[in-house]
Amino acid sequence: MTDKYTQFVSRGIGKDVAKKLGLPQPVVLRRYQPGQPLVPGPILVQGSSDSADELAAALLSWDLDVRRHAVPREKLGAIILVLDELARPEDLEGPVLAAAASIRDLSPNARVVTVSRTAAGAPGPASAAARQGVDGLLRSLAKELRAGATANGIVLADGVTTTSPSALGALRFFLSARSAFVDGQFLTIASGEGKLPADPDKPLAGKVAVVTGAARGIGAAIARTLHRDGATLVVVDIPAAGDHLAAVANEVRGTALQLDITREDAGQRIIDHAVGRHGRLDIVVHNAGITRDKLLANMDPDRWNSVIAVNIAAQLRINEALLASEQFRNSPRIVSVASTSGIAGNRGQTNYAASKGGVMGMVRATAPLLAERHGSINAVAPGFIETEMTARIPFATREVARRLNSLQQGGRPEDVAEAIAFLAGDAAGGITGEVLRVCGQSLVGA
Amino acid sequence: MSFTGQSATGPEESSNAQAATHGRDSLRKAVVVGGNRIPFARTGGAYTKSSNQDMLTAALDGLIARFGLQDERIGEVAAGAVLKHSRDFNLTREAVLGSALSAETPAYDLQQACATGLETVLGLANKIKLGQIDSAIAGGVDSASDAPIAVSEGLREVLLDLNRVKTLPQRLQVLSRLRPKDLAPDAPNTGEPRTGLSMGEHQALTTAQWKITREAQDQLAYNSHRNLAAAYDAGFFDDLLTPYRGLTRDSNLRADTTLEKLATLKPVFGKNLGAEATMTAGNSTPLTDGASTVLLASEEWADAHELPKLATVIDGEAAAVDFVHGKDGLLMAPAFAVPRLLARNGLTLDDIDFFELHEAFAGTVLSTLAAWEDEEFGRTRLGLDGALGSIDRSKLNVNGSSLAAGHPFAATGGRIVASLAKMLHEKGRVDGRPARGLISICAAGGQGVVAILEAF
Repeated sequence: MTDKYTQFVSRGIGKDVAKKLGLPQPVVLRRYQPGQPLVPGPILVQGSSDSADELAAALLSWDLDVRRHAVPREKLGAIILVLDELARPEDLEGPVLAAAASIRDLSPNARVVTVSRTAAGAPGPASAAARQGVDGLLRSLAKELRAGATANGIVLADGVTTTSPSALGALRFFLSARSAFVDGQFLTIASGEGKLPADPDKPLAGKVAVVTGAARGIGAAIARTLHRDGATLVVVDIPAAGDHLAAVANEVRGTALQLDITREDAGQRIIDHAVGRHGRLDIVVHNAGITRDKLLANMDPDRWNSVIAVNIAAQLRINEALLASEQFRNSPRIVSVASTSGIAGNRGQTNYAASKGGVMGMVRATAPLLAERHGSINAVAPGFIETEMTARIPFATREVARRLNSLQQGGRPEDVAEAIAFLAGDAAGGITGEVLRVCGQSLVGA
Repeated sequence: MSFTGQSATGPEESSNAQAATHGRDSLRKAVVVGGNRIPFARTGGAYTKSSNQDMLTAALDGLIARFGLQDERIGEVAAGAVLKHSRDFNLTREAVLGSALSAETPAYDLQQACATGLETVLGLANKIKLGQIDSAIAGGVDSASDAPIAVSEGLREVLLDLNRVKTLPQRLQVLSRLRPKDLAPDAPNTGEPRTGLSMGEHQALTTAQWKITREAQDQLAYNSHRNLAAAYDAGFFDDLLTPYRGLTRDSNLRADTTLEKLATLKPVFGKNLGAEATMTAGNSTPLTDGASTVLLASEEWADAHELPKLATVIDGEAAAVDFVHGKDGLLMAPAFAVPRLLARNGLTLDDIDFFELHEAFAGTVLSTLAAWEDEEFGRTRLGLDGALGSIDRSKLNVNGSSLAAGHPFAATGGRIVASLAKMLHEKGRVDGRPARGLISICAAGGQGVVAILEAF
C-alpha cells in the first residue's frame, strides 16, 4: 500500500534525484510485526528527576537497551525526555538542550517521547507556562525530525506517576512501530487506572471485541489488528456488505453480524450477539461511517441526515444500550473513529465534519459515565489514510493531500487500527475522553 | 374426475406408524441452528459466470462467518445440484475444501431433483437423531446459467471408440462415422424423459384438471412478491442471507408488482389444451441460480458452541405418483405425502401454524390445496372419511416463496428450512405447544418430499 512516489524516493536513483531537487522525501515507515524489537536502537532517557530514574528502571525491566547519558555518535532508537518537574520555562533548557545534542544520532524511524504534566493542573503561572511550553516544543520538533522518526508526548495529570500503567502503556505504544503514523500528538493520562498486559504481543487475549463497519477498509484492518492482538471478534456491517463482512469474519476467525447500526435496537442486538455467542463483551469500536459530500449551499436533507444518523446518532444510541447493560461492566472500552475533518473542517463536508466533531464531543462527555465501571472511551481521528475511498480522490488532489504532513505520506488503515487496538487494551485504562490523531502530524487542523 | 387405487394410509401402515412414533421418542433431537443463502438470481443475470461450486462455497462461507465455524470439523455436509457438470462428481466435498471449514469435514452429494435440499436436511437430521453425528450442514445449489452442455450421443460414441482402437486406419474408419448433426451440442432441458413434456406443460394439465383460475394463480403470485418484499423491508433476511456478486436481494422479486400487471401477461403453458390457458411467466417460477445452506446440530453441540436452537426437525415423508400414465399430475406427490406425514404424527392441518408450500407454479400450490379440500380425493385416494381439509391462507408462505424468490432447484429446500426455522423461533409457542410448520416440495419424476418442523 506504500504509494509509488514513496517507493521511488526511498532508494537508489530516485533518492538522489529527490534530494537534489528538494522534493519531499518520505520513507517507508517501520510498521509493527509481533516479536520485532520495540525500537530500532538504544533508548536515551533524558531528565534528572527521580521519576526519570524510575522510568529508566521500568524500561530496563522490559529488557531494553537504556542510556541515562548519551554516548557520542551512537545511533539511538529513541529519546525519552522526562520533563515532569518543570517549575518555570527556564527549566526546559537543561534537558531539552541535552537532548538536542542527540537528535542527529536518531536512527530512521526513531522515536522522541516527552513526559510532562498537564498545564491545567499547574500550581502557578510559571509552571503552567513551562508545561504548556512542552506542547509547542514537541510539535515543532516533530516537524524537524526526518526519515520516519516521530515525536509524541505523554501528559500526566496531577498525582499520576510516570510509571502508572497507562503512562507506561502509552510510552510503549509511542516507542513501538504501532504508532508509525502518529506524530506530534499528546496523550493525557488522567488516572492510575488500567494494567499492563501479561504478554505485550497479545494485549487483548481473552477479550471479546465488536467492530462496526468492518466489511472493508479501516474497519477490516481494525478487525485484523484486534485479532492479531488476541481478541475474539464480532464484525458488524450493513446486510448489503455481508459478503465482504463474511470474508473478514472468516479471516479473523470471528462471527459476522449483519446489522444496520441505525436500527433502534442495534445496541441490544450487538450485546446479545457478543454475549450469546462469545460469553462476554469487552470492547466496542465504533468505526462505521459514511460520507455524503456536498457544499452546504447545495445540501439536501437526505445527505445531511444519513451522515448524522450513521456517524454519530447510532453511536450515541448504542452507547446508551452499553451503559445500561450489566454485560458491559468489566473495565469496558469504547473507541470511536473520528476524523481530522471534524477538527480542521473540510470543504464539502459540513455534514461529515459535524458528525465527527460530534463524536469527539460525545467521547469527552461519555468518559465520566464509564469511570465507575473502570471503563474508558476515546476517539481516534485519522488524517489522510490510503483506502479505497481516498483512492477515488482525483490524482493531483490526492497527491497534495497525502504529502501535507510531517511524514509526507498517507497512513495505512493498519495505522488507525494500531491506535484503536492500544486504546482498546487494559493498558489504556487511565486514558479516557481523549482524541488521538493518526495523521502523520497533518498540517491542517493542527 | 375419478380416483382409484390404494389408500394412502391403510390400517396396517397406521400401526407401523405408531411404532415408528414411539421409536422416535427415544431419539435425541436434531435442531436447526440457522441458515445462510445467497440471493437468488434470475438465469443469465448476476451469477451467469458463477459455477455451482462457486455459489455453494459462497453460501457455506457466509454460514461459517455467521456462526463462527472456521476450522470446525462438522460431522457431515450434504448438498447437491440438479443440473450438474460431470466434473462436479464431488461437488459438496470440493465446496467444503474451498471453504473456511476444517478440511477434515466429510461431505457427500445427494440428488432428488427439486427435493434435493430438503432431503439433505432430513437425511442429516436423522443421522444426528441416531447419534451418528453431532453437527451437519445441509444445502443445495443450482445454476441454470452455467448449465452443463453435453456432446451428442453420436460424437460421444465416436470419441470413446477412437480411444479404444489402436491403428491409424482404424481411427480414420471410426472418424468417418461422424456426421455433421453429431457436432450439435446436447443442452439440458427440464422435460420429463418419459413423457417429453416440460414441467410447465405437465402442471398446465393438472391446473386445468383442478379448475384453478388465472385470477387465483395471479393472486398467489402477487402475495408471494408482496410477502417477500415485506420480509426484506423488515430485515427478516438480515441473518439468513449473505450478498453475492453485487446482489443483495433476490433478483426475481418485483416489490412493485400489481394484480393488474400480472393480469396483462400472456399464457406460456397449456396453450394447446383446449381449456383457457392460465399459466404465465408471472405465476410460474423462472429459471434461477443460487445456493442455500442450513446448520443442523444436536442440542448438546449447539449448546457447547453457544449457538442458537431455532427449531427441531420433527419428521419427513417422501411420496411419488404415477404421472407417466396420467393417474396423477406430475407435481402432486406432496398431496399424498402430507396426509401420511400428518397421520403418522397424530396431527391435522389445523395443528400447523406455518405452511411452506413450494411455489413451483402457483397452479401447483392451488391444485394441492384443492385436492386436500376435495371430498372424493380424500375418500378414494387418501383413504380418509372425506376431504383432508383446508388451510388458513393467512398461514401460507407468509414471507414469500419461490414465485417471488425464484427457484434454483436444489437450493429451495435450504431456503425454506432456514426461513421457517426462524419464523417458528420468533413465534415461539401456540396454545401451550411449540409453533409448528409444514414444508412441502414437489419434484421432477412425480416425486415430493415434505417435513414438519417445530419451534425449539
